[in-house]
Amino acid sequence: MRFARIAALALAATLPVAAQTLRVGLGEDPDVLDPSMARTFVGRIVFASLCDKLVDLDENMKIVPMLATSWEWSADGKALTMKLRPNVLFHDGEKLDAAAVKYSIERHKTIAGSNRKGELAPVTSVDVIDPLTVRFNLSGPFAPLIAVLTDRAGMIVSPKAAQALGEKFNTKPVCAGPFKFVERVAQDRIVVERFPQYWNKGAIHFDKVVYLPIVDATVRLANLKSGQLDFIERMAPSDVPAMKGDRRFRITQAVELGYQGITINISGNEHSQKNPLGKDARVREAFELSLDRDAIVQVAQDGEGLVGNQWVSPKNPWYAKSLPPPKRDVARAKALLKEAGVTNPSFTLMAGTTSDAQRVAQVVQAMAKDAGFDVKIQATEFATALKLADQGQFEAFVLAWSGRPDPDTNLYQFIFCKQPQNNAGYCNPQVDALLTQERVTNDAAARAKLFEQIAAQVHKDRPIIYLFHRHWISAYTAKLSGLKPVPDALVRLQDLKFN
Amino acid sequence: MGRFLAHRLAAIVPTLFLVSVLIFGLQQLLPGDPALAIAGEDRDESVVQHLREKFHLNDPIPVRYGYWIRDVLHGNLGESVRIQKPVTELILEKLPVTIELATLAMFFALVIGITAGIVSAVFKGTPFDYLANVVALWGLSTPNFWLGILLILLFSVQLGWLPASGYVSPFEDLKANLASMVMPAFVLGNAFAAVLMRHTRSAMLQVLSADYVRTARAKGLEERVVVLRHALRNALVPVITLGALEFGALLSGAVLTEQVFSIPGFGKLIVDAVFNRDYLVVQGVVLFTATVYVTLNLLADLAYFLVNPRMRG
Repeated sequence: MRFARIAALALAATLPVAAQTLRVGLGEDPDVLDPSMARTFVGRIVFASLCDKLVDLDENMKIVPMLATSWEWSADGKALTMKLRPNVLFHDGEKLDAAAVKYSIERHKTIAGSNRKGELAPVTSVDVIDPLTVRFNLSGPFAPLIAVLTDRAGMIVSPKAAQALGEKFNTKPVCAGPFKFVERVAQDRIVVERFPQYWNKGAIHFDKVVYLPIVDATVRLANLKSGQLDFIERMAPSDVPAMKGDRRFRITQAVELGYQGITINISGNEHSQKNPLGKDARVREAFELSLDRDAIVQVAQDGEGLVGNQWVSPKNPWYAKSLPPPKRDVARAKALLKEAGVTNPSFTLMAGTTSDAQRVAQVVQAMAKDAGFDVKIQATEFATALKLADQGQFEAFVLAWSGRPDPDTNLYQFIFCKQPQNNAGYCNPQVDALLTQERVTNDAAARAKLFEQIAAQVHKDRPIIYLFHRHWISAYTAKLSGLKPVPDALVRLQDLKFN
Repeated sequence: MGRFLAHRLAAIVPTLFLVSVLIFGLQQLLPGDPALAIAGEDRDESVVQHLREKFHLNDPIPVRYGYWIRDVLHGNLGESVRIQKPVTELILEKLPVTIELATLAMFFALVIGITAGIVSAVFKGTPFDYLANVVALWGLSTPNFWLGILLILLFSVQLGWLPASGYVSPFEDLKANLASMVMPAFVLGNAFAAVLMRHTRSAMLQVLSADYVRTARAKGLEERVVVLRHALRNALVPVITLGALEFGALLSGAVLTEQVFSIPGFGKLIVDAVFNRDYLVVQGVVLFTATVYVTLNLLADLAYFLVNPRMRG
């Protein structure tokens, strides 16, 4: 017996450490794996293993170095100079230098169908100062740029591979992340393996990562429980209580960067004129006062969300704390309606067909009724809803925005006059002026002050009534440690390991 | 023979033409702007414009149909908008998975359905019969996704015997392949087993009261031989016909099952494509399926022609 034990130990010592694989369950199959073209959230989870970015976000939403080690704005705010990390290699062995950064940014800006064009629009050119220094030249000051570079726009691809593969780059993406691409079977799996020459290889503890798209949240959870997955993203809020009691698993809840709210058509077109909400700000205030945001989060999200009233959550450093969400006040709502001379206000609330959107619409309908509103819910399939919203053919619309790290990118295109996603049709020169100013201000404190002023005005005009921020809930085996709960909810593989 | 074949082949062309017009037309009736739906949350104006141009969305519908059918005639079904992979490649990748699933489901259905049918016919009016009927009714009225999730909770989460979802190719690992297929195949075959059971039961009852069965019994044959050799053979004829017809239905019925068990098959391909407005995939898959049906029909006609001399005129 003793001999057998010694023999087993000796054998174990001679065997190499077993290759470790991390299996991640995704809520859907990602779209194209090309940082210029990609547009889905799950795609970003996969990119976290493949493509490092110039800068990254940390748990406190601070922008931290990644491929760039330091950066500096010019005095006029029209140029951003970045120092690059030395000795970084792409998966194909090519060097990552200033020329590669220039190439990637130009590719993002010019390749047909690029989703990065808009984000990088203020960048007019990129200069190579020396092999490890690049300068972004802008058409005018643009403070959100640095936050934009924490996402796909900041991902640097191997120029050699990108030139060779052209539009087919997504079939074999070559970047400078901790893992390199192995294979993809559509709707089945994406496999990546450890890149031995990764610049931060000491932080990487897995040999392989397999991403498996499993659409049904119950099945995704069952896979985690049966040990076939180590990590799942977007667990259903209703499963949280049961999982909290299970010591084999851990849960992280990150408040989303985006928001859930109701856009109101105040454009002055016939749809906004037809209903009292679109015509009179007092009626909108009455509507907002009829809502109990806590109850909405309880009903629509099983309590897994954070009540809010701005485009960033109260936990976000950019939240204007002086303007907290109003409490429900039905009496005041009724008084406002009386003041506005509106009896039995009625309007149509368009909501997507997902159960989340429908639940929000239903609970809003029930609450608003207490103040005398007659809300008709119009369940609309999402492509149709987008079209109707873009054409201004709606009265009010339950909307969700997944969010970006910079507050400007949660706000500008929805609020600034005549922006493509300004479905409310909101045009306030004062707000526009503040937005323009906020974009050219690199001083964080001054910017925060400007956002506070914008919030104060938007709260008066109410083109969008912000309601709450969902929790991104991920669950994983208790064996896993080192997970960083960054609010963008991506799975960063650095420091992640099995105990 | 030559004339018959030429006649049949000539009929295929207008059929497929009509099918293609129908598929294309129905796709256009889907509400919403596909470019907006595909462009993602940002809906960047330049991306939307690019998509409209790439897929000729600014052109009138007949012109768009012309572009599509021209490519199809050149053997090019287009490319998935979402993952930029040729539709033909996707079809060839997914089809074998669904065929395997449907075949295994058929196996389950035949074994369970026919056995239960025989038992309930032979033991008509006994508790066995009632039990088989109750089980059949349950099988018919159980939704696939519900049964699928229950099985996953039992066999994967509680007992840990089978993988909860996913697919392994049989060429990679046959054992793992069967382990990943057994639950989905059972779920898919379950409802059909119930149909088969009902049909087997009524066919058996009819046959068991036929004169030749009485004669066989009068000859003193063992009941087992009477049932299995004499009665079952005749009773199975309509059941087998039904099975063959239902195989196609199993292929299309795999949609929900594949979704629940995350099996990357044909059904999941088309469902995901519909939801993502990946319309070239939808059109390609439906046209492919229609062509297969038409071809199979032609082969069946040919078989009749060869087997039945009266058709040769």
